[in-house]
Amino acid sequence: MSDSASMHRTRSAAQTAGLAGMLGDPDHLGGTHHAGAAALQPYRRLTRRRALWLAAVALLIVGSVLFDLRSGPSGLPLATLLHTLFDRAAADPAASVIVWQIRLPYAVMAVLVGGALGLSGAEMQTILNNPLASPYTLGVSAAAAFGASLAIVLDITLPGIAQSWIVSANAFLFALFSALLLDGVARWRGMNTSGVVLFGIALVFAFHALVSLTQFVASADALQGLIFWTLGSLARADWPKIGVLAVALALALPLALRNAWKLTALRLGEDRAASFGIDVRRIRLMTLLRVSVLSALAVSFVGTIGFVGLIAPHIARTLFGEDHRFYLPGSMLVGALMLSLASIASKLLVPGVLIPVGIVTALVGIPLFLGIVVRTQGVSS
Amino acid sequence: MRGLSIHQLSVRYGKRLVLHSLCAGPLPRGQITALLGPNGSGKSTLLRALAGLTRAQEGSLALDGEALGLSAAAARSHSVVYLPQALPAGVRLQVLESVLVACRATRGAFGQRDAHGADLARASAVLERLGIGALASRSLDELSGGQRQLVGIAQALVREPQVLLLDEPLSALDLNHQFHVMSVLREITRERDIATVVVLHDINAALRACDQAMLLDGGRIVGFGPAAQVITSESLARVFGVAARIEQCSRGQYQVLIDGLAQNGEAVVEPPSQFDGGSGSGAGSEPDDARQRVISLAERRGSHREAAVRAELAR
Repeated sequence: MSDSASMHRTRSAAQTAGLAGMLGDPDHLGGTHHAGAAALQPYRRLTRRRALWLAAVALLIVGSVLFDLRSGPSGLPLATLLHTLFDRAAADPAASVIVWQIRLPYAVMAVLVGGALGLSGAEMQTILNNPLASPYTLGVSAAAAFGASLAIVLDITLPGIAQSWIVSANAFLFALFSALLLDGVARWRGMNTSGVVLFGIALVFAFHALVSLTQFVASADALQGLIFWTLGSLARADWPKIGVLAVALALALPLALRNAWKLTALRLGEDRAASFGIDVRRIRLMTLLRVSVLSALAVSFVGTIGFVGLIAPHIARTLFGEDHRFYLPGSMLVGALMLSLASIASKLLVPGVLIPVGIVTALVGIPLFLGIVVRTQGVSS
Repeated sequence: MRGLSIHQLSVRYGKRLVLHSLCAGPLPRGQITALLGPNGSGKSTLLRALAGLTRAQEGSLALDGEALGLSAAAARSHSVVYLPQALPAGVRLQVLESVLVACRATRGAFGQRDAHGADLARASAVLERLGIGALASRSLDELSGGQRQLVGIAQALVREPQVLLLDEPLSALDLNHQFHVMSVLREITRERDIATVVVLHDINAALRACDQAMLLDGGRIVGFGPAAQVITSESLARVFGVAARIEQCSRGQYQVLIDGLAQNGEAVVEPPSQFDGGSGSGAGSEPDDARQRVISLAERRGSHREAAVRAELAR
């Protein structure tokens, strides 16, 4: 009722504005700058508001990291903390170790892993056109867990890789393998996006079964390490790993932004995007490969962390809309903020105990996830 | 030869031949060509093949006599734009954004700040032209079906198409919006000298708003030419299995009135019929064939709509 009323209104407005021939030739279009300028104001305001939101989330991350640094069992006073941070040489050696070897790597790792998962999740959801796509639900995390459990249980060594990196390296290899499998399935002639998602879910179950199998045959010692790994913990963070992940993220974001318009167009429907001149298959495969490597890297360093890659894109969508120029960095920042807050919660929930952050994200993620399910159901009905 | 010509176009899905070596044309610029035919006659496949979205195994296309490749990549270099039936639901984009995306889809994200401003102006001008400028900052999800269809057309127009292909743009629209969308399409087609091809179920809309009509049956063209010559009671009986009259109402417009199902493929009234490129192969006058049509026809939405329009006119 109101729809058709507004339609009549808009139409009569157009008629008074003169329906005929304002668009005859493209050259003429340049001349409509004046007429269009007023109409463009709301859009310009919108983009400004989104940029401000991005800055706001970034600020929140800085605040969250600082709070993350403050919290911990040893209870460093703020002054000591800041002193140690900004003047490492002159600081108390014990405080220096706590801040520089434990708290700062954890806090930075949380931000990087969260960012990587948020960015990968957002891109996966767009290219697979499925709000349930994420590194976790597509089996990349489960594959990493299997790779890690093999390394822990079989105590394997890889040529040219230091012992401290073996578990992560093997986890990465398996995560990459699962990503390539997904990629291969997507390349398969006639396989559509929901087929890829179903295949990913099959991968989750397959790798979970394999992890259970390795747990079954593992020795008691290995079993403890294995279970701890699959819980997902920031306690495995160190500076070289942070460096690797930071470089990967720094490469992935510009590549993602380069495709921002194409990815946004993909949201208008595959056929429509193809007729706009986008090579849909190519962009889907390239994006899948890129985000698979990124998410494989993230989970191989910290273990299974669910829900960040799934939830962050949904939050980013409500904050930034789906213009991917804002949505992609937005999802990355939201993911980073989420995991940083989870890292704080993992220290504060039980005083003196560092709960693995994977547990916290799952516990916080489930209510959020249910909320999204209920809301999307409400929209579609 | 200004327009889109189809030569020996064949499309196969697996082993099944969906389009049998179609020849037609040119589908003229500045005019709307309606693609008509029963379900499964190959209308949508032909439209997708013209857009390069479904790969034709044989044949060729030409625009203004110049060869046009069969792939989407080749089609887009000639600004062939295809519009699917509907915009997907649940997309968090504003109307102006979605048109801007269509405009910038194949450009990089960095640099060209001036180009960005020009594209914005272009997008908003297209919205104004279609009379939906006021919707610019509304979310796609808030729009009614008719508004969404107009936004879809805006997304196509901003790419300055030479050939515009629309798949059932009127489905799910109320009467008012059906008229509005078709009249906007007519104006734009004339104004910008576009060859527009529209898949339609509504015979009356085709007769009213389209200049040319192409009638498909079983993957073959059984009629192509000026709409009034292709849409006849004889062809409707033969292809759709309905008894129909084409009558001129007091305002001078032609209307298709459906009396019911055709008896053995025979129409009730028989004005002269002329087919330009048609072959006589589609004449399904066998009783079995007719019964088959009757069954599929009962479920056909188009005939319901026709009946509704007729009831309204009778009042």
